[in-house]
Amino acid sequence: MTLLEVNNLTVRFYTAEGVVTAVDDLSFTIDRGEKFGIVGESGAGKSVSALSVLRLIENPGRIESGEILLDGENLLEMSDKEIRKVRGNRVSMIFQDAQTALNPVYTVGEQISEPIRHHLDYSESEAKERAIELLDTVGIPDPQTRYSDYPHEFSGGMQQRAVIAMALSCDPDLLIADEPTTALDVMTEAKILNELDRLAEEFDTAVQLITHDLGVIAEVCDHVMVMYAGQPVETASVDDLFYDPKHPYTVGLMASIPRIGAGDTRLQTIPGVMPDLIDVPTGCTFHPRCPYAEDVCTQKEPGLVDPATGTEVGADADRGASCLAYTGDLANDLTFDVTVGDAGQSVGGESDD
Amino acid sequence: MSLRRYIIRRILVSIPVLFGVSVITFGLVHLTPGDIVDLMIGQNPDLQPGEAERLRREFGLDQPVYVQYFDWITNALQGDLGPSFSQGPETSTLLVSRLPETIALGLFGWVFAMVIAIPGGIYAAIRRGRLGDDVSRFVALAGISIPNFWLGLMLIAIFAARFGWFPVLDPQTDLLSREMLWWLILPGIAVGTASSASLMRIMRTTMAEELNKEYVTAARAKGLPERTIILKHVLRNSLISVVTVAAFITAGIVSGSVVIEVVFGWPGLGQLLIDVIHMRDVNVIMAITLFVGVAIVIANLFADIVYALLDPRIRDDY
Ligand SMILES: Nc1ncnc2c1ncn2[C@@H]1O[C@H](COP(=O)(O)OP(=O)(O)OP(=O)(O)O)[C@@H](O)[C@H]1O
Ligand SMILES: [Mg+2]
Repeated sequence: MTLLEVNNLTVRFYTAEGVVTAVDDLSFTIDRGEKFGIVGESGAGKSVSALSVLRLIENPGRIESGEILLDGENLLEMSDKEIRKVRGNRVSMIFQDAQTALNPVYTVGEQISEPIRHHLDYSESEAKERAIELLDTVGIPDPQTRYSDYPHEFSGGMQQRAVIAMALSCDPDLLIADEPTTALDVMTEAKILNELDRLAEEFDTAVQLITHDLGVIAEVCDHVMVMYAGQPVETASVDDLFYDPKHPYTVGLMASIPRIGAGDTRLQTIPGVMPDLIDVPTGCTFHPRCPYAEDVCTQKEPGLVDPATGTEVGADADRGASCLAYTGDLANDLTFDVTVGDAGQSVGGESDD
Repeated sequence: MSLRRYIIRRILVSIPVLFGVSVITFGLVHLTPGDIVDLMIGQNPDLQPGEAERLRREFGLDQPVYVQYFDWITNALQGDLGPSFSQGPETSTLLVSRLPETIALGLFGWVFAMVIAIPGGIYAAIRRGRLGDDVSRFVALAGISIPNFWLGLMLIAIFAARFGWFPVLDPQTDLLSREMLWWLILPGIAVGTASSASLMRIMRTTMAEELNKEYVTAARAKGLPERTIILKHVLRNSLISVVTVAAFITAGIVSGSVVIEVVFGWPGLGQLLIDVIHMRDVNVIMAITLFVGVAIVIANLFADIVYALLDPRIRDDY
């Protein structure tokens, strides 16, 4: 059953340098309980699309058009009061850096209790009790005393656990996690991801996980959307994406995952950088960096199509890629091989047949 | 526990500060050419030269400066601030009679400064980049630029002389009575305005900075109302920086009130200080200076305590 449906969302920032189209006609859907990943390079518009869902885009940004339906209700048409009832209650958010997301002058416990009192109308002591339970659930030892600690008395991993507890405090339907482990070391990252995975099951919460790391996606998600320059370039189940990527950008992202233990640990990155979002390339926005680009790619904008049939697909498609290769516009084929490694993960690379 | 240690430390640190203040003031007063005896001779030409020597010996002014200082500090530490050469009574009696008026004026000015500065700064920060912010910037700039004595004179001219809303002569009522407020308002505003204006700008800047921090977005994402976010989350973080500055303005208020006391004929220490400086009345000058020093030290101590109460990270450092 569909929980969140984002249709044709466009978000722009009106900066001194020009108008930045951070999210460009973006659509996606998340089902109840689904773990949905969004992956892409820095500046792809991942955070902006996440913040838009809670209507947290601030000046000079503006949500220009589109709709964001939560259980069929358009969040963009709600009053300020109504959207505040959604925030932290039905949809909650975890930020990249827990240390800066926590207010340094209030205790961790107080910050967890706050939304519980606010949204669920719990009394002071009931909220405290629930907050302590939550701290325990997310794996903070000695939660009773830790409740009264200040953020600076927590380690980085514990801070992120506390933030997760805060996000889960009102039993949300959707948890948006924006690079929740980027600020952590690898060991802690793995633990937090496991925890997130487990808690999403336990609380029966859908997760929108944002990352620039395909490894993280593989660990947690069911479905994934690859974003480039504010647009989706590929959408697929995690298995499909890893075993059979359809977009050259996705392949490039995979090639850049460093893998330990593999015979050749090539650290390939896609040449070039993401285009300036003030003045995006014509046609396919990826063409300046694409090894398969032909003349037509500079003119014709590819929509999201079913790679098998080449027909246009909607936001809820199981499989879609936006590349002219699938609409019959390209003279040559995409020629990349994907070999699957031992760990069940794929290794992407281009090969000239 | 640790808060108490923190406070004790702060108090201990202020002792050498006060000592230093006393040495410097004493030195400066004695470096100024001429003493009270010269002034007496000037006013009373009949005085014999021998008399002058006798008077200096009587006041202890014939001793080297360090001996005089040593005598003074020994007595002062025992609570004896010495006689006033020019005013008649003992220095301590004099001080006690004038002190309440000055404290009342200073506190009123300080409270006025805070009451205007903090809400004003919050308002400007919330409206940053818009008309309200510009208006507040203009008002603050005016408040900082207008000399306090001129502001005092204008307040008297407009609200006391023209409209007759406020009395201006020496307060004729009990210091702790309600009517006293009427006497305090005009000089209080004159004393507090400049400090209030600079504090308001600092409040605005700090708050605007805090509003850009991620914990604010996180608080919004929790669904808290904007009011709670501003008055609970952002305000407390902003006050941490403002409190330190609020202690600094105490010095401005104290020095400002010397001028304002003269303008308003306020019977406090400020007016007395002007008189005794003319008379080179060392003991009284020393006593008033030290009182000012103590007031500033207390204000800073108070600020440090509030600071530690607001910011848990500070407490842990001690
Ligand atoms: N407040 C803002 N003002 C101006 N431009 C902004 C603002 N916030 C985001 N942008 C622009 O929007 C685009 C998308 O930014 P976004 O933060 O969504 O990227 P991201 O995919 O989350 O990247 P990262 O992996 O670095 O977090 C960027 O080009 C960025 O410059
Ligand atoms: Mg981001």
